Amino acid sequence: MTLDTVAHAAKTPDTEQPWAELGLKKDEYERVREILGRRPTGAELAMYSVMWSEHCSYKSSKVHLRQFGEKAPETDALLVGIGENAGVVDVGQGYAVTFKVESHNHPSYVEPYQGAATGIGGIVRDIIAMGARPVAVVDPLRFGAADHPDTKRVLPGVVSGIGGYGNCLGLPNIGGEVVFDACYQGNPLVNAGCIGVMKHEDIHLAKASGAGNKVILYGARTGGDGIGGASILASETFDDAKPSKRPAVQVGDPFQEKLLIECTLEAYAEKLVVGIQDFGAAGLSCATSELASNGSGGMTVTLDDVPLRDSTLSPEEILMSESQERMCAVVEPEKVARFLEICEKWDVIATVVGEVTDGDRLEIFWRGEKIVDVDPRTVAHEGPVYERPLARPSWQDALQADDANKLARPADADELRAQVLRLVSSPNQASKAWITDQYDRFVQGNTVLAQPEDSGMVRIDEETNLGVALATDGNGRFAKLDPYAGAQLALAEAYRNVATSGAKPLAVSDCLNFGSPEDPAVMWQFSEAVRGLADGCLQLGTPVTGGNVSLYNQTGDVAIHPTPVVAVLGVIDDVTRRTPVAFADEGHLIYLLGDTEEELGGSAWSQVVHDHLGGLPPKVDLERERLLAEILISASRDGMVDAAHDLSDGGLIQALTESCLQGGKGARVVVPDGADPFVLLFSESAGRAIVAVPRSEELRFTDMCGARGLPATRIGVIDGEEIDVQGQFSIPLSELKDAHEATIPNLIA
Amino acid sequence: MTRIGVVTFPGTLDDRDTQRAVRVAGAEAVPLWHRDKDLKQVDAVVLPGGFSYGDYLRAGAISRFSPVMETVIEQARGGMPVLGICNGFQVLTESHLLPGAMLRNESLHFVCREQKLRVENAGTAWTADYSAGQEIHIPLKNIDGRYTADERTLDMLEAEGRVAFRYLDVNPNGSQRDIAGITNEAGNVVGLMPHPEHAVEPLIGTAGTDGLGFFTSILKKLVAA
Repeated sequence: MTLDTVAHAAKTPDTEQPWAELGLKKDEYERVREILGRRPTGAELAMYSVMWSEHCSYKSSKVHLRQFGEKAPETDALLVGIGENAGVVDVGQGYAVTFKVESHNHPSYVEPYQGAATGIGGIVRDIIAMGARPVAVVDPLRFGAADHPDTKRVLPGVVSGIGGYGNCLGLPNIGGEVVFDACYQGNPLVNAGCIGVMKHEDIHLAKASGAGNKVILYGARTGGDGIGGASILASETFDDAKPSKRPAVQVGDPFQEKLLIECTLEAYAEKLVVGIQDFGAAGLSCATSELASNGSGGMTVTLDDVPLRDSTLSPEEILMSESQERMCAVVEPEKVARFLEICEKWDVIATVVGEVTDGDRLEIFWRGEKIVDVDPRTVAHEGPVYERPLARPSWQDALQADDANKLARPADADELRAQVLRLVSSPNQASKAWITDQYDRFVQGNTVLAQPEDSGMVRIDEETNLGVALATDGNGRFAKLDPYAGAQLALAEAYRNVATSGAKPLAVSDCLNFGSPEDPAVMWQFSEAVRGLADGCLQLGTPVTGGNVSLYNQTGDVAIHPTPVVAVLGVIDDVTRRTPVAFADEGHLIYLLGDTEEELGGSAWSQVVHDHLGGLPPKVDLERERLLAEILISASRDGMVDAAHDLSDGGLIQALTESCLQGGKGARVVVPDGADPFVLLFSESAGRAIVAVPRSEELRFTDMCGARGLPATRIGVIDGEEIDVQGQFSIPLSELKDAHEATIPNLIA
Repeated sequence: MTRIGVVTFPGTLDDRDTQRAVRVAGAEAVPLWHRDKDLKQVDAVVLPGGFSYGDYLRAGAISRFSPVMETVIEQARGGMPVLGICNGFQVLTESHLLPGAMLRNESLHFVCREQKLRVENAGTAWTADYSAGQEIHIPLKNIDGRYTADERTLDMLEAEGRVAFRYLDVNPNGSQRDIAGITNEAGNVVGLMPHPEHAVEPLIGTAGTDGLGFFTSILKKLVAA
């Protein structure tokens, strides 16, 4: 086959090209031809097709995501905003924290172990590309029904992949979620988040500037794995009729990634790097076009110099390969030798593959011939943007009318007791220790709180005890009932979880998991969720710093529940003041903060007892959330509470069960006058938390709540070895523990 | 100041944690690099945990051939105190400074938990601050942690009091005779799977400071010497 050079392409305008197979639409292909003034070469077609895929270009979501910028709250905390590899937040004392959540959903369904492993690898490289040392990871996960046979294939693979890769990198896994729902059967959601820490002056950006500066590719050799992963895997709906997509999933080598982290940080420390970009989706196409596009000039790249694992790869394949553990640095010529020396010290292969030019073209050469000659901005930033049609689904009204508050409730105390046990042992409410015990939560020696705490917390300064907390939450059932409210409830829950731990919420990242954007109903869900999240962040004063959109999460015509996963980052001045979930001290008083309404729509109870999804989700009151957070943070700082736990799925009884089991102490609960025990225990009203207050602090604490106008109801005391709800039932801790802990091992192990 | 070296192999993870533990105990932590034979005149060496060389081939199997290990092996035979934690323990068995080997956990899964141990031998260079029979809680995290040796070796270890630590309540990886750590005959070389360096500050994890004794033991011994 003759090499498809730029010159050849100009001479052969009528050559048929496989644009459709590469995932481009007809009009997109026409636009590429228009931009270039000729047909693209094979290599150019490969680049445009991956960079213009949904996964890389956000072409369907962009018009909505703009709201995160337009509605951004005023804040001094944001050092780097949306558009870079990850946002950066000022946490004080000269420290900056970068964090982000990404999806690796489709690859994890095809090949659970490698899909999940490389998801961790990708997010960690995003964080190092900002100049930061990664300090922790979290994993929000969603699987199909817990008792479905395929869940037994997907879940253990995903968990081993996260553990196998993350543990080997030396990053503590401090949080996340595990949710089961039949809607994720063919589309598990494997999201991964990472936090990194640096000093303000160490922030790095993906930018190639300074003509004559060298472009250095370092890390793993380039192989045939993951070719077309971005365009084909992430941007199309699974269809059983098509051939296996296994070769499109990348294979990870965490050892190589660990070397990459250390070697990159050492190069930063010596100030050797002008600009840097990780290789994620779309590999070399993405890294070179983004670096050049963000910089002031152009770039030339000699593909022959790229170290290969497979010498038979074509130039198109080299450009599209998603081989893991690779990065690209822009380095001044006089610093190249030292950069290469550091790579050699860490046994990392590093090669100069190109140069920044003062032109405005990205030119790529192969065997001495020019095979790419493009304006990098048209590849990286000026892809198609769609205003997809959107329409409120025809079934939405009927779904909301199917009121969960009307479902049959327990007839007597015995049935109430039985339903409590069913709830705390249901897969979503049961202990996830079987999963999280496969992750290293201790490494780096700074973990203050880790799952199953409300948020993960790490110390970032040993002298001052400054720390950061991260919580991720999302409830697809709520979002299905009302995507606007569902997104706000996810935000509210993560915000609350950071505050219950004693940290002040600062900023937000998100991972928006939805079905096909070509379905107007899905697009409506997406637009509502983004609007809800943007409005909510504005109201709470927590800017969105970046995030990720994962579309086409559907099998055939059936989309997953709309699942916006929200991560909230918080800061705590002194981690010794953190508040754990566990009830540890007998005699301390249990207070319920906030108002409990009759709100069972989308609740865990309605799912577990009635297999029901309908009605409206709990009301959102973000001003109340803010007040609750302020009270929780003050109480933690001033030593007024010893334990705190947010109330979310499963309601009060779930929170009590978790706090009691973790502390190994029981609770005597009194139902307040006029309250319905069932509603008290199972309602999922937002804006609530339970706290344990030492008797000596009771007056001070209730005075504070009273003065600030936060309802605080004394509902019991930590005592004994059972949860006793006066006049209703009592369950020994041992029985609760068995129910809560046996479920996941029985289903999965 | 007493100088304790902490070796970094490519893929070592707990080196900085171990350096911190050494400092918390009051000694000077000296970073040692795998390619460097020079031990920089340290008084003792810790081989920390991690996945050196990615655990490729077999955990510890490649690291034992690194230049730094040539000197460590030679000086350990001459009596220099050496502690191997987790991957470091694996390196010590691969180096034949300690007998036996580690297999994949019985569950075949990575396991991370707070582990209860009994100190069986408080006479080694690294355990003198504990008392024999003392029960301690220390984090454990490994996938290849199942200590294994032939029956004769196990009997010998038992008879000579060289089982230094045993798992209590739960054997997390299926090790033979619940062995969590062992010592050499002279008591200067100790290896264990759990991670004492993660239990030196009350705040971190919930394991308290039960691991600090490893580092204070060696410090006292070296200061006294």
